[in-house]
Amino acid sequence: MLYDIFVGPFLDYPFMRRALVGALATAVAGGPLGVFLTLRRMALAGDALSHAILPGVAIGFLVAGLSLPAMTLGGLAAGLVVALASGAAARFSAQREDASLAAFYLVSLALGVTIVSLKGSNVDLLHVLFGSALALDDTALFLLAGSASVTLFALAALYRAFAADTLDPVFLRRASPIGEYMPFLFLALVVLNLVAGFQALGTLLAVGLIMLPAAAARLWTHDLTLTLLLAGGLGALSAYAGLALSFNAGAPAGPSIILAAGAVYFISLGFGRAGGLINNLRPRRHLEG
Amino acid sequence: MEATATALMPGRSLSVRAAAITLENVTIGYDRRPAVHHLSGEILPGELLAICGPNGGGKSTLLKALAGLLQPMGGHIARDGAKARDFAYLPQAAQLDRTFPISVQEFVALGALRRKGIFGRIDAAETASVERAIAGVGLKGFETHALGQLSGGQLQRALFARLMVEDGGVILLDEPFGAIDAATTEDLLALIAGWRAEGRTVVAALHELDLVRRAFPKTLLLSREAIAWGATGEVLTTKNLSLARTMAKAHDADAAYCHRDETSERADAL
Repeated sequence: MLYDIFVGPFLDYPFMRRALVGALATAVAGGPLGVFLTLRRMALAGDALSHAILPGVAIGFLVAGLSLPAMTLGGLAAGLVVALASGAAARFSAQREDASLAAFYLVSLALGVTIVSLKGSNVDLLHVLFGSALALDDTALFLLAGSASVTLFALAALYRAFAADTLDPVFLRRASPIGEYMPFLFLALVVLNLVAGFQALGTLLAVGLIMLPAAAARLWTHDLTLTLLLAGGLGALSAYAGLALSFNAGAPAGPSIILAAGAVYFISLGFGRAGGLINNLRPRRHLEG
Repeated sequence: MEATATALMPGRSLSVRAAAITLENVTIGYDRRPAVHHLSGEILPGELLAICGPNGGGKSTLLKALAGLLQPMGGHIARDGAKARDFAYLPQAAQLDRTFPISVQEFVALGALRRKGIFGRIDAAETASVERAIAGVGLKGFETHALGQLSGGQLQRALFARLMVEDGGVILLDEPFGAIDAATTEDLLALIAGWRAEGRTVVAALHELDLVRRAFPKTLLLSREAIAWGATGEVLTTKNLSLARTMAKAHDADAAYCHRDETSERADAL
């Protein structure tokens, strides 16, 4: 019974295995990125950037049809332009980052919708918005695995710089020449993961595997390293459970994965030992010192 | 003009060079409005200088410019060959996210980043200097505590410990004793006196005048312009202080262009 739900589909159907590999890659790299996004109080920036990549994807689609490399390159270009331009606007003008990001992503989104409506059909738009986790080809899998590898390698190699830039950017900027570039590098990684994830989950949901496991992980521990590992792990668990459930219930794969991640989040919100509801509302007996 | 400081803490043979800082007709501000206006003067190596003046008088702005975080709109800051980022700088409190999951030990160790770089390993010597700094500021026993568990005074001690690990020849402090109790202030003042004994230059923005009179030999009284700059006793006079208060006025919405440089150039030419 349990075997039929959780193991059978993946043994019997290659497309389920491919979906699992793609979703796992998205999850293990997205979770740690999401932790840094929440620590930087940019939980909504991921969402904004996921909208911002739309015109790039649409232009890629117009030029080359349903070609993953073209749509990916377009999405990357659009996302990076928005991330860099809004970051630079925040750094060098009096405007704060949230306002400049909102301005740039809204213009980008409007541009994307315009392009899609002028040239494409609604079916194409749905494909871009909601992805197709069950139709991942080799190119898509390589892209997902590649972006996850780049992300994890960058986070591991520059862990100290990412942490210091999140905690005290003025200090890092003065202590190391790399400090100036860390915010841009970070946003570039976010864009890379969103663009890679859109094929599997769609532009709107790719951000779900970044933010939900990260928000959940922070409710369990105060240790940064543990939080990062836990976020990747909870994301992987959600990806697996979501795919299994979607197969058995006949539900669309992308939304199922995000709903599973949502369930993990709500459980953490209730029971998390580091700031969950039960822990906060019914504190244990106080200690002597 | 060079002072060498040996050993921030006993057992350390590193010598520190404190650079002389020269301000030449420096104007610093925001949106064309000068917050510091036509300031000239020199901070000698090993000097202990307090910057006093009314709120909005330009104390923080001047420190930011010394730290290289603001570019002067006019004039020039010479640092005797040192780079602005070589100066250790402690901004006014509350710019840190205190919910960030990091231990006191890890936080203080960030001070070594400058020497070790992003990829450098924190070796035994650095670990020892972190331990000495934590003990030096009186936070022994708090190494594994999270930053968010510290009180305001303890956080300030941790920030001072990070400064000690940075081991800079010039140390810039912006209101280091704001919202800190008397005992903590005395401890931190003792640390500053120790830094001075090692030949480091310390420049601190302060508003407690009694404390400045007691612990800082030199003072710059700043109210957008320098009211007085010199020995503390001669600067903090009743006359100067009341002058500083009257000069602290709001922005004039219809302010005209400042022509002072042109007239002084003309005077030079004559």
